[in-house]
Amino acid sequence: MDNTTTQSPTSDPPALEAVGISKRFDTVVANQDVNLRVEKGQIHALLGENGAGKSTLVNILFGLYRADEGEVRVNGAPVRMDSPHDAIDHHIGMVHQHFQLVPVLTVAENIVLGHEPTRARGLLDIDRAATEVGELGKRFGLEVDPRATVEDLPVGMQQRVEILRALYRKADVLILDEPTAVLTPQETDHLLEVLRGLAAEGVAIVFITHKLREVLAVADRVTVMRGGRVVGSTTPAETDQAGLAEMMVGRSVVLRVAKTEARPEAGVLEIRDLHVRDDRDRPAVDGLSLEVRAGEIFGIAGVDGNGQRELVEAMTGLRMSDSGSILLEGSDITGCTPRQISELGVAHIPEDREKHGLIGPHSIADNLVLNRYFRVPYARRGLRQHDAINDEAERLVADYDIRTESIRAPARSLSGGNKQKVITARELSRGARLLVASQPTRGIDVGSIEFVHQQIVGQRDNGVAVLLISAELDEILSLSDRIGVIFKGRLVAIADAADLDRAAIGRLMTAGTDAA
Amino acid sequence: MSMLTRYRWWFATAAFLVAFTLFTAEFQQPQTTAVLAATLRQSTPLVLGALCGILCERSGVINIGIEGQMLMSAFAGFVVASSTGDLLLGVAAGIGCGMLMGAFLAFLSVSLQSDQIIAGTVMNIAAIGLTSFFFQQGRSLPSGKTSMIKMGPLADLPVVGRVFFSNRPLTYITLLLVPVLWYALFRTTWGLRTRAVGEHPSAAETAGVSVVRIRYMNLMLGGGLAGLAGAYLSLEAVGSFERLMTNGKGFVALAVMIFGRWNPVGAWGAALLFGYANAVQTQFQFRGWLADDPQFIGMMPFIVTIVVVAGFVGRARPPASIGQPYSRE
Repeated sequence: MDNTTTQSPTSDPPALEAVGISKRFDTVVANQDVNLRVEKGQIHALLGENGAGKSTLVNILFGLYRADEGEVRVNGAPVRMDSPHDAIDHHIGMVHQHFQLVPVLTVAENIVLGHEPTRARGLLDIDRAATEVGELGKRFGLEVDPRATVEDLPVGMQQRVEILRALYRKADVLILDEPTAVLTPQETDHLLEVLRGLAAEGVAIVFITHKLREVLAVADRVTVMRGGRVVGSTTPAETDQAGLAEMMVGRSVVLRVAKTEARPEAGVLEIRDLHVRDDRDRPAVDGLSLEVRAGEIFGIAGVDGNGQRELVEAMTGLRMSDSGSILLEGSDITGCTPRQISELGVAHIPEDREKHGLIGPHSIADNLVLNRYFRVPYARRGLRQHDAINDEAERLVADYDIRTESIRAPARSLSGGNKQKVITARELSRGARLLVASQPTRGIDVGSIEFVHQQIVGQRDNGVAVLLISAELDEILSLSDRIGVIFKGRLVAIADAADLDRAAIGRLMTAGTDAA
Repeated sequence: MSMLTRYRWWFATAAFLVAFTLFTAEFQQPQTTAVLAATLRQSTPLVLGALCGILCERSGVINIGIEGQMLMSAFAGFVVASSTGDLLLGVAAGIGCGMLMGAFLAFLSVSLQSDQIIAGTVMNIAAIGLTSFFFQQGRSLPSGKTSMIKMGPLADLPVVGRVFFSNRPLTYITLLLVPVLWYALFRTTWGLRTRAVGEHPSAAETAGVSVVRIRYMNLMLGGGLAGLAGAYLSLEAVGSFERLMTNGKGFVALAVMIFGRWNPVGAWGAALLFGYANAVQTQFQFRGWLADDPQFIGMMPFIVTIVVVAGFVGRARPPASIGQPYSRE
């Protein structure tokens, strides 16, 4: 990697600078005296765990939040940043983690929104917009059909639209918030290449991530945040993955999951030729078959939106399937209710923990017994038994290291990692035969990731069949014993984990075939 | 897919309505004309109300207070016109009153971020209370209601001439507003921004569009349209103000808006259908058909609504952000 050629002379003022930024939300300090200096033509990685304050900082830089203290400087001059409109006026562009695109509008409409080309005052010139967007895409290697509707595009394409929108406004500074979280390895490589090209043209880039490999691959400079503060700034040449991880977490971390050879036994889950439709009534799972045996972790790799959600929902009784069958230890559970399936010993860690994993306003204790509250000893003759519920909750909070002041606190008051621990505790403490874990570590801190991974491997070692669905290829690779790659609703490859490498899986994820 | 199959239900509906109209009019030209003219007359306040709803909801705010805006504006327009003797001033007062109420709704639902349904309901209740309290019997319009304008030779055409080319001014304005608003919504920067704000306000905001400004503007413009509908009722359709004279039209306008899929042209078609059901009902009463069952005849517009909405319309997709107050942090 060449990290030095794009550095500009140090005599220029920095393209974007944050000086002494502090921001509080009620009692939580999100940013404390944060300084950041981004030079022209520099790729500046902002590294930190979830909750470290990275997003708060860039939202201040983009005018979405207002800092309590400190100032933002553009090209050396202090500026007022009251709204994104101000940021855009100062040629700052942002690619958001949750894309800020209007799904029902076209690519061109989304890109020109707010800065539309017109034929006469107020009369939209959509043809010119489409032409300009097409040319812009060609110039930066970000081709996308300007007339396509955004909601019909895969996420990788939607991200291109976000980047193009910033470039359309002539951004000199481009802020990208976790841009690779939704991309396949190939798409990630392409994005990093595009970023290098932009930096070469003099664009300053702020690149937020928690993936160490990408930082080392592309950044000219790294600033690490923890607990709302900047804990250090360095260059890739001066450090390595372990060094960065330690700065990020504040202690040394085990980056690899320790696990022994799997000893698979009889089959537990068998899916035969399953067909499921999505919310818009289009085929999402399209003739999928697989088998998961007791004592193994079967990982499903794939780009989000290739039928993973519908597959999991069909298996757990949340969605009707069109045809095909789902067998649990030989008996057909297709069409069973979620309660029936759960009672048969299927544990489920859902993809969206806020929506399907927890009842936010209810207490932690109630959430911990959500899959058994109706049974003795938690209820007798229809009356809830608070002592039994509280005893069980206290036990689980201790066993699963859930950090909370009280089991009576509402579940939504917990951090992401602790919410995930509540779900894990509830689902795994009851003796499951099959564990369906969907994106089990999405958006949680490194410490909680370690914990959840250990729990999943522990279940496997106890003879539970584990189906792991994750968009994080690293997670699939480090946990799975066998891997299936899902593409357009079917498994295009199933192999032992040892027989597949990153690049091959990446090609299968994007193209459905291993032809390079 | 060919045009014929794609729009088969619309063609079937149109053919059925034509046949039904001719039948109820006993195949007489004057009666047919009367039914069609009544359809247009009945549909006018519904179109205006629905256009108000479209402006509001396309920008993400549910306006359930259209009924109240109409009623209050009908009252304001009538009071001003009867005391000054100037119909134009009356219409302006109606529009102004509607815009004020739109601004009030924006203040409640955008600035204070209160529940939009409750904010609208407040306006409806306030309008009923205020108009009933200040209403004085015996006022009248010194100049009478708005006068008929005939469009030259076009007005002499059989059927069409009577229906479309000899109307009163606010009816013409309404017919003009439908294509104008369609064009504005789908072909101007304002329209693009409005739709973006209604679908995904934070996306619009990050693109540099002010959600607050767009919502205030649209709610006030929409209020002006509801005000025009009110002025139509008191100054053009009836020629005086009566207690509760809107009689639910503001709510029917919401149904018209949904049936028309938040599209001005669609809403116009939907309003015509509702207006038609009313016109045919009048025709039945006039002819003395089914005279033993007046309730049955009174039910007809609603039956038509249910059948059409349930049977012919697919699932409509409202703007994604309606009903949710927006805040940046």
